[in-house]
Amino acid sequence: MASTTSTAPVGAPSAGADDNYLTHEKGLASWLLTLDHKRIGIMYFCCVIGAFALGGLFALLIRTELWAPGKTIVDADTYNQLFTLHGAVMVFLVIVPGIPAALGNFVLPLHLGAKDVAFPKLNLMSWYMWVIGACFLVSSLIISAADTGWTFYTPYSTTTPTAVIPALSGTFVLGFSSIFTGLNFIVTIHKMRAPGLTWFRLPLFVWGLYSTAIMQVLATPVLGITLLMLIVERAFGIGVFDPALGGDPVLFQHFFWFYSHPAVYIMIVPAFGVISEIIPTFSRKKLFGYSFIALSSVAIAILSFLVWGHHMFVSGQSVLAGSIFSGITFLIAIPTAIKVLNWISTMYKGSIHLDTPMLYALMFLWVFTIGGLTGLFLSTMSTDVHLHDTYFVVAHFHYVMMGGAITAFFGGLHYWWPKMFGRMYNEKTGQFGALIVFIGLNLTFFPQFIMGSRGMPRRYYNYLVEYQPFHQASTIGAFILGMGFLMTTVSLLRSLKKKPDAPMNPWGSNTLEWTIPSPPAYYNFDHVPQVTEGPYDYDNWEYDEKLAGYERKASEVKP
Amino acid sequence: MMKLLALFMSADEPATVKLPESPFYWLPAHGSTTADQVDPLFNYIYWVSVLCTLTLAVLVVYFVVKYRAKSRKDKPEGSMDHHTGLELIWSTVPLPVVLAMFAWGFQGFVTLRTTPKDAYEIRVTGQKWKWLFTYPNGYTDDELHVPVGQKVRTVMTSVDVVHSFGLPAFRTKEDVVPGRYTELWFEPTQAGEYPVFCDQYCGTSHSGMITKVVAHERADFDKWLKDAEIKIDQMPPVELGKKMYSQNGCGACHSLDGTTKTGPTWKGLFGSTAPLADGTSVVVDENYVRESILEPQAKIVKGFPPAMPTFKGKLSDKKIEGLIAFIKEQK
Repeated sequence: MASTTSTAPVGAPSAGADDNYLTHEKGLASWLLTLDHKRIGIMYFCCVIGAFALGGLFALLIRTELWAPGKTIVDADTYNQLFTLHGAVMVFLVIVPGIPAALGNFVLPLHLGAKDVAFPKLNLMSWYMWVIGACFLVSSLIISAADTGWTFYTPYSTTTPTAVIPALSGTFVLGFSSIFTGLNFIVTIHKMRAPGLTWFRLPLFVWGLYSTAIMQVLATPVLGITLLMLIVERAFGIGVFDPALGGDPVLFQHFFWFYSHPAVYIMIVPAFGVISEIIPTFSRKKLFGYSFIALSSVAIAILSFLVWGHHMFVSGQSVLAGSIFSGITFLIAIPTAIKVLNWISTMYKGSIHLDTPMLYALMFLWVFTIGGLTGLFLSTMSTDVHLHDTYFVVAHFHYVMMGGAITAFFGGLHYWWPKMFGRMYNEKTGQFGALIVFIGLNLTFFPQFIMGSRGMPRRYYNYLVEYQPFHQASTIGAFILGMGFLMTTVSLLRSLKKKPDAPMNPWGSNTLEWTIPSPPAYYNFDHVPQVTEGPYDYDNWEYDEKLAGYERKASEVKP
Repeated sequence: MMKLLALFMSADEPATVKLPESPFYWLPAHGSTTADQVDPLFNYIYWVSVLCTLTLAVLVVYFVVKYRAKSRKDKPEGSMDHHTGLELIWSTVPLPVVLAMFAWGFQGFVTLRTTPKDAYEIRVTGQKWKWLFTYPNGYTDDELHVPVGQKVRTVMTSVDVVHSFGLPAFRTKEDVVPGRYTELWFEPTQAGEYPVFCDQYCGTSHSGMITKVVAHERADFDKWLKDAEIKIDQMPPVELGKKMYSQNGCGACHSLDGTTKTGPTWKGLFGSTAPLADGTSVVVDENYVRESILEPQAKIVKGFPPAMPTFKGKLSDKKIEGLIAFIKEQK
């Protein structure tokens, strides 16, 4: 991507480099007080994975309970708390911060050729906000876990006796974490690009993070205000949403989805960015239709603010309002279709390597296509009436969130793992884990489409026996999925025990982070890089067996 | 009736309503004209989706097999990085396909939401965790009975939280919201029993908030309604009280077996002395029970939240007497 000016011989293994961001300072305090974006990214990463394990545990308990109608392992109230916590943890603690805050923090400044993000202290503060928010959420778990569903619909949420206020406060604080990260990234992308790194030379991951950041900054405050009003209503009986106090319960749904629909794209747009890095790299070919993909992210970000009412077709909303929301929702199908077709075209006449990140990207194409197309059933008003609040919806958003955002997160994790820790994970166990995840994912969520279209309502503790075969298939799938993630995590962690062995550029990528040692030095770049070409020009990188990585052609190196 | 009662009292028992056998794999059997607004469109979107998914899957598999690299040193065959014509094609071709879905869905939705003028009106009340159906003559039941070939309009409200009245066999659904009325309509085409679900999460027994819609031939329906009315009129007080206990969802908070829920249990309640929140106490007699039903906040038993809604205007004197008789029976 650039004529790099690192002092080490270009392409040489970085194993010998003693001073990197991991070893630069030692001790717990050097991590907790760090302003280094890479360390903050790693801290986010550990927290997000921990929350993912917790949310996954809740999911397995839910699926076990649903093995048979009636009581299987827990009672109805516990079940209701489990799915509430599963949703709240997975949305607010895992998927929203997952790619932007964990991967994005680590990669963004490296992508831009910068030393750090624009506001390093704000960055650290956003991590602390995450931790405080997580503590509130977990405290609700210990006091008397909220049983409202992650959507907190009124007046149920204002009248249930469980600890709703801690859960709301947690989500409120987590919102600030999200806003801080978004604000930080917007400024960073505008002001800290290396010389020559024009907007249309930016890696698409940066475009994804940029679109996400705009949504975070504009939508999250609405959620914050809404939750605050809910807290005030619950604590002081000031009627905003509860009709018994003169409020309007449907107003809450409008406010909630005004944030939570853009939030869906906050979760998936960064995933688009990750996929746009992986597919060209492992096809050894320029990304097809760069500008269409870049601008379609921006288009999705803008449209995402105008479609919240499609969550409310059966809420009593007027037919006119519903049809406007439905129509705009269909427009989002266009930029989404463009992306998928452009990714697939990138592979045409490429030179395709099926390393673990690429397997996750191919998995993403399959599950995201299914997740996206089933969205058509739900944005069509008349079919939505039948499918609304059934397992069809549950399957749809799990295909998009779990199948889309989480597989992209794991794909990105494998892709950047050598850069983060300087170690290559075991390719075979990585690929095997990806395969198990793929099988588990489809077995868990596909049967839910069928029972949903047959009428099975969501959030049901007990169900008609006709639905049992689908529930059982789904439960088996969930355990396979859990096993896949466990194997993958073990495979990644085992690589940390090895000696550092990752080359500077194991995949032959052409974005700036691959021109510096793995792991990067504390200050990232020795000299400010000069960018002279696009992010997906792989022609100048040659594979070198001795390095087990790619090296820039000698003629191209201009010291 | 007893079977259904048992269903409502214990969320742990598997529900007894059966989903009718369906000729389609993806959708349940349909029993209303309103299904015509949904099923053909569902199939259209379904086949478009299957076609797209398979096309993309075949392309991806084909590319992976054909262009799979033999070694790290392999170079790609092609270098095309954009093709404006192609990209414009796939930016525009999906548009008419999805706009057709939008227009067809809009038309169906308008039909689903436009109630015919001559419809038979049934009032629906949602409450934790049961449905109540009130017929034009004032008779109330916890099952929905409707005549075949008759357009039926349901006018719905909730007494507590948001519920959703879902009729999968009729392909229609609408939220039931406290403090306002929502409505839907359908026209049953075939006699039979179909499930009614609550689709909006509403707490502990959300999944127990199931009942059935029974579609009768016209003559059977009229007979059923008449018989039901006579039955209520002639019911002995204790039995009427038991029915009211079930119909009005008293059991959600007041147990009959001594367990403490949101409100005091009715076991051994009558004739006992209840300590009140303000430090005084009261003997549970006919007048106290009546007052508690009509003005629940007047005297709150110590240790319980003032959570009970009033039943003023909802229960006739006869029904209150039935409840008092029923409470007396719980020794």
